[in-house]
Amino acid sequence: MNKYTEDDLREELKTKQYEYGFYTDIESDTFPVGLDESIVRAISKKKNEPEWMTEWRLDAFKKWKDMEEPDWANVSYEKPDFQAISYYSAPNSKPKYDSIDDVDPELLATFEKLGISLDEQKKLTGVAMDVVVDSVSVATTFKKTLSEKGIIFMSISEAIKEHPELVKKYIGTVVPKTDNYYAALNSAVFSDGSFCYIPKGVRCPMELSTYFRINQAGTGQFERTLVVADEGSYVSYLEGCTAPSRDENQLHAAVVELIAMDDAEIKYSTVQNWYPGNAEGKGGVYNFVTKRGLCEKNAKISWTQVETGSAVTWKYPSCVLKGDNSVGEFYSIAVTNNYQQADTGTKMIHLGKNTKSTIISKGISAGQSQNSYRGLVQVSSRAENARNFSQCDSLLMGNECGAHTFPYIEAKNKTAQIEHEATTSKIGEDQIFYCNQRGIDTEKAIALIVNGFSKDVLNKLPMEFAVEAQKLLEISLEGSVG
Amino acid sequence: MELKEKLLSSFIAFENQNSMDNSYISELRGKAIKIFENEGFPTKKNEAWKYTSLNKILKENYSIFPKTENSIEYKDIQQYFIHDIDSYKIIFIDGKYASHLSKTTHDGIDVCLMSAVMSKSKYQPMIENYFDKIASKNGLNALNTAFCSEGAYIHIKKNKLAERPIQIIHFSTGKESSLLLQPRNLIVVDENAHVQIIERHQSLTENPTLTNSVTEIFAAKRAVVDYYKVQNDKSKASLIDHTFIDQHQESDVSVHTFSFGGKLTRNNLSFYQNGEHINSTLKGVTIVGNKQHVDHNTLVHHIEPNCESHQDYKGIFGDSAVGVFNGKVVVEKEAQKTNAFQANNNLLVNDKATINTKPQLEIFADDVKCSHGCTIGQLDESAMFYLRARGIPEKEARALLMYAFANNVLESVKIPQLKKRINKLIANKLGVNIGFDL
Repeated sequence: MNKYTEDDLREELKTKQYEYGFYTDIESDTFPVGLDESIVRAISKKKNEPEWMTEWRLDAFKKWKDMEEPDWANVSYEKPDFQAISYYSAPNSKPKYDSIDDVDPELLATFEKLGISLDEQKKLTGVAMDVVVDSVSVATTFKKTLSEKGIIFMSISEAIKEHPELVKKYIGTVVPKTDNYYAALNSAVFSDGSFCYIPKGVRCPMELSTYFRINQAGTGQFERTLVVADEGSYVSYLEGCTAPSRDENQLHAAVVELIAMDDAEIKYSTVQNWYPGNAEGKGGVYNFVTKRGLCEKNAKISWTQVETGSAVTWKYPSCVLKGDNSVGEFYSIAVTNNYQQADTGTKMIHLGKNTKSTIISKGISAGQSQNSYRGLVQVSSRAENARNFSQCDSLLMGNECGAHTFPYIEAKNKTAQIEHEATTSKIGEDQIFYCNQRGIDTEKAIALIVNGFSKDVLNKLPMEFAVEAQKLLEISLEGSVG
Repeated sequence: MELKEKLLSSFIAFENQNSMDNSYISELRGKAIKIFENEGFPTKKNEAWKYTSLNKILKENYSIFPKTENSIEYKDIQQYFIHDIDSYKIIFIDGKYASHLSKTTHDGIDVCLMSAVMSKSKYQPMIENYFDKIASKNGLNALNTAFCSEGAYIHIKKNKLAERPIQIIHFSTGKESSLLLQPRNLIVVDENAHVQIIERHQSLTENPTLTNSVTEIFAAKRAVVDYYKVQNDKSKASLIDHTFIDQHQESDVSVHTFSFGGKLTRNNLSFYQNGEHINSTLKGVTIVGNKQHVDHNTLVHHIEPNCESHQDYKGIFGDSAVGVFNGKVVVEKEAQKTNAFQANNNLLVNDKATINTKPQLEIFADDVKCSHGCTIGQLDESAMFYLRARGIPEKEARALLMYAFANNVLESVKIPQLKKRINKLIANKLGVNIGFDL
């Protein structure tokens, strides 16, 4: 984390605009706009999917048609027109590459700009990457090392072909097709995503990571991620996102399913930095994500997220603590600036005995943004000795933004112990004064204080992400305090 | 919905019967019944009623207007009064005013009836300035407005102090097989005036009653209002209470709610702070068991700077009881330097009991101190052991700890006799007789 120095910060602060707002001109084959049964069939066909998958998609599509878009979240936006979206776009430069040298140089340049030089990652950090540009995975590294351990890490469309029995068994078991409007839409039209299977007793030797980018004008991205950790295994999964600047709103409706079997542990970290719209609140990505994990006996799922981007975020990574002694954790930093709106939080469903959950949520709002925490802690009547601790802190910058907390707590067992705490505050003038006095200018002082405020969560991120997240926090908040 | 149809059709008869009323009120009633017709009763789909369903209690065939005037003897109901203090009393029996049990006044302060205020022209300015001004226009409030005919009217004039507490008690005799009551209270406290009010709803038999009560309280500059709600009704009685409080500069209003009885109790308590340096206090103790359901829905709306609000709700839930707490604090952009605290602590003493709590903060100002805390837990085992080791039987030890748990709220009760009474009610509810004077 120390790699990031004050000089770097000074450099960062010079770039006032969204720095990842560029557009790579890669030929894509894009479907006509609109959505009907034939599009769903075409997506499935395009990906050479087996019959059961096509049927599964069609079933989801049928159910989606009868569902209504939810409007309970504390956000307001122009509802996307689902018939004006192209549901499939894949970079045209096929076929697949065996080595990085074969990858389209323009694409590589894109990654360079994003700071994810593939070869560097490969050599130095030991991170295996399944890079998703738009929807189809283009390059996969370190596959060999992983396969020696029996770990399956590939795009979900490959997995459907190569390991249909696994996908069929687990897909839709944690987030059912009809779970909610966007999950149903995703189930019908998901273009690609990642699949990961860790066999019994294997400890995944490296952080698995996928970078998502939205790259094609007017295409929504519908990823589907499925991570299965078999008995006694461990995996840490990283997901990071950046998207190019665009004027029309882009829709992103992903589904992430995690399954942690007995004694398994999954750590899922996200850094989200999609285009948040410009300073007037025009444009930006709509981020409507369904993330949920299922814990069997003694299993543990830990969600860590840093949310700095998107015009509208609607995201509740959840844990179903089904097995006895299972543990769920949620660490989140949500930063909103300008006209961004975020309604995010978690659900902890305690079903098994002696289950534990921890929720730490830090919300930072600046500009005219609205930041909401919405969470549910539910203890069923069978969940003896369930334990929950929740803490939601909000930091407000300026008096035009809002911070909101909507915690729902439902307890049906007398042995449950639940604590919830929330505070709202601003950066103290005395804190700024203290820094100023010691020669730290106001903007840097704020970065310092915000970092301190978010430390509890930043500490939970894997090393590589922590650096990136810290940078993101500062970029997102720059110029927000005068 | 059957009850809804019945209410709508009986509204016409009600209007004819009250045709001598002034046109101002008739117009309000007309508008209100339309709101009720559109919205009806709230369902679980309504976010504010997510955890409380009215379906069961709306199935009863309630009589809307009791047929006969019922009277009761003082000795039968003496136990429901705080009788060891000198107080003004406004007593209603089956929704009708009982003059022989009441003690009203017009001496510097007005402690009288809504029916009188609505029909006499000298009160017309009060009605036009205050009546139905802050009650939110949802289905249940509108229903109350449409049928309002009786209730307590209290007006404490400038610089006056109501030297005695005022008791408002609604009795239902059970002469009707089931009864719907809709009392409407208006309380205006002028500049520098002080008042203490105790409100209670009480059934005398096990026949079902449903009370849909609306109270509007206006606290002017530097006014001090202390309001106590004692809810210890019979097991078939349900209460939906709406209390709206409009506070002005430097006023201090506190509402204590003690919920021990009743089948379904829903308390909607809304504070609007229209001035600076206001203090609002909302406290409550809930101790219920069996299949009782108690729902506290509070709102504190901080509109102007430099105000404070304190909320402290304690709940103890046994058997298959259900407790709901839905507290909302809104801090507007202009309301800088607000201090808002909210605490909700709950004890679950049985596996079948349920608690649903949702403490919400909506904050638009940056220079504020707002916090909420919420816990659900059990009695401390080591504290239990400490007491048991000193020879205190388990039941008593448990009661002692529960009493201590609720004591925070009791401490701020300013009428000693009332405090004593509530202590007794708590001891009763916990089923113990503890040595010292609980």
